[in-house]
Amino acid sequence: MSNRTVIPFGPQHPVLPEPIQLKLELQDETVVSAIPHIGYVHRGIEKAAERMEYTQNVFLVERVCGICSFIHALCYCQAIEQLQNIEASPRAKYLRVIWSELHRLHSHHLWLGLFADAFGYESLFMQFWRNREMLMDIFDKTAGSRVIISTCAIGGTRRDISDVHLQEILDTLDEVEKQLDKTLPVILNDYTVKKRTVGIGKITREQALELGAAGPVLRANGVAQDMRQLGYAAYGELGFEPVTENDGDCYARAKVRARECYQSVELVRKAIRQLPDGEILTKPKGRPKGQVISRVEQPRGELLYFLSADGTNRLDRLRIRTPTFANVPPLVAMLPGCELADVPVIVLSIDPCISCTER
Amino acid sequence: MNILQKSRAKSPWILHYDAGACNGCDIEILACLTPVYDIERFGMVNVGNPKHADVLLVTGTCNKRSARVLKNLYDQMPDPKVVVAVGACALSGGIFHECYNVLQGVDGTVPVDVYVPGCAARPEAIMEGVMMALEKMNQR
Repeated sequence: MSNRTVIPFGPQHPVLPEPIQLKLELQDETVVSAIPHIGYVHRGIEKAAERMEYTQNVFLVERVCGICSFIHALCYCQAIEQLQNIEASPRAKYLRVIWSELHRLHSHHLWLGLFADAFGYESLFMQFWRNREMLMDIFDKTAGSRVIISTCAIGGTRRDISDVHLQEILDTLDEVEKQLDKTLPVILNDYTVKKRTVGIGKITREQALELGAAGPVLRANGVAQDMRQLGYAAYGELGFEPVTENDGDCYARAKVRARECYQSVELVRKAIRQLPDGEILTKPKGRPKGQVISRVEQPRGELLYFLSADGTNRLDRLRIRTPTFANVPPLVAMLPGCELADVPVIVLSIDPCISCTER
Repeated sequence: MNILQKSRAKSPWILHYDAGACNGCDIEILACLTPVYDIERFGMVNVGNPKHADVLLVTGTCNKRSARVLKNLYDQMPDPKVVVAVGACALSGGIFHECYNVLQGVDGTVPVDVYVPGCAARPEAIMEGVMMALEKMNQR
C-alpha cells in the first residue's frame, strides 16, 4: 500500500519502563500490524545458571525479574526440592504464600498505577504508588530489603516473620484495603477511564487459548486457569478460586487484576491466621539429579521452570518460560485495528515484563 | 554561580533508560517520583525526551544492542549533562558479570559521573546520587 507509515514504538518510550520495540505499521491513525523487536534486555541468565552452583542460582533467578523476585525463587526452589525429595516445613510453606501474595499485591498496585499513567491519569498513578509504599515497608521490615527480598531458600525460607511483624502486616493490609476501596472504583467506574479501556484491545476466548495467553490476559477471557489451583506451597489448604471476567478487553484485564488485589489480601490474612509453628528450613541432603518441571503463578501468569541435573553441584540445563513471553503473541493480535493513541494502553494491559521475557 | 546554573540545579530534568536491568532499580526510580519520596520537591521531573533532559539515569547491565540506544540517547542530550549509573549491574555487571551478553557496566558506553550502588539501589540512594551529579554539573 502507498500511504502507510512505520512508527517505532520504543525502545525508549515514556510509558515503557523497559526497552521493547514495536514497529507499528500505520494506515492514517490506525495500526495495521505490529512487529515486536526484542533483545535489549537479554543477559543470558539460563547459561549463567549452568555455570553457577545450584545453591547460588537462587540469587540469580531472583534477578530474572525484580518485580516478582520472590516468586521466581519459589519456583526454582520447589523444583530443586522435588529433585532432592525434600519437603519444606508447613510453616515455611505458609510463609512462602504470605510473601508470594504480598509480591502479587505490590505488582498489581504497580501495574494499576502504570496503567493509569498510560492513559494520562497521573494523579491515580500517584495514589496507587502511595498505597504500594505501605507494602514495600512490609518487605523492608520482614526481609530487610525493598525489592529483591531473598527470603526463599532451598528447603524452606531463610527468614521467619515474628508475631509482632505478622500483626503489623495485618494492620497494613487493613489500611491497604481501605485505600483500595477508595481508588479502585475510579479505575473501574470512571467515565473517561472506561472510554479509554472498554472494548479496546479485545481478543476472543478462542484467540486467547490458541495464542497461548497466560495469567490475567487469559482469565479476562473467561478461562479459569491459575497455577495456584495446583495447590503448591500452602495454596491447597487455603482454598482458592481463580478470578475471571468475560469481555477480553483492556477493561476486563484491569478488572481481573483489581479483584485479584482483594483476593491476595484475603489469602495473606488467611495464611497468617492458619500459620503453624515449627522449623522454617529443612536441610537438603545430597545433590539434585533428574529432570523436573515446576510451575507457579506469577502476577503476570504462569511461570515454568524446567531443570535438568546430573548429580553434580551444577545444573545441566535451566529453562525459564515466563508469562510475558506467552502474552506477546496475543498482544500482536490485539494491536491491528486500534488507534495509535491506544497503543500504550493495550501494550500495558498485558503487564509486560521484558526482563522476564528476555532473561 | 550564574543564573543559568542556579536555575538548572533547581530544576533538573531526568531521563531514565533501562539498559538491561531486572526492573528492581527501575521501579525504585519510579518510586522516587511518587508521594513518599517525591523528587518533584527538588524540581526534578521525569521526561521521555532526551532533548529536554539534564540527567541521564541508567540502570542495568548493558548489552551491545542496548548500548547503541544508550549512546544515541546520550548524544541527543544537550550540554551540560550528567550520567548517573544506578545499581550494581550498571556499575560492573553485578550478579550478571559472567553472563555472555553483558558489557559489565555502562561506563564503557557513556561517561558516568556518579555511581549509585545497591541491588536494588534504594530510592534515598538514587536521590542522593542525583544531587551529587548536580553538584558536579555546576562545577563544570
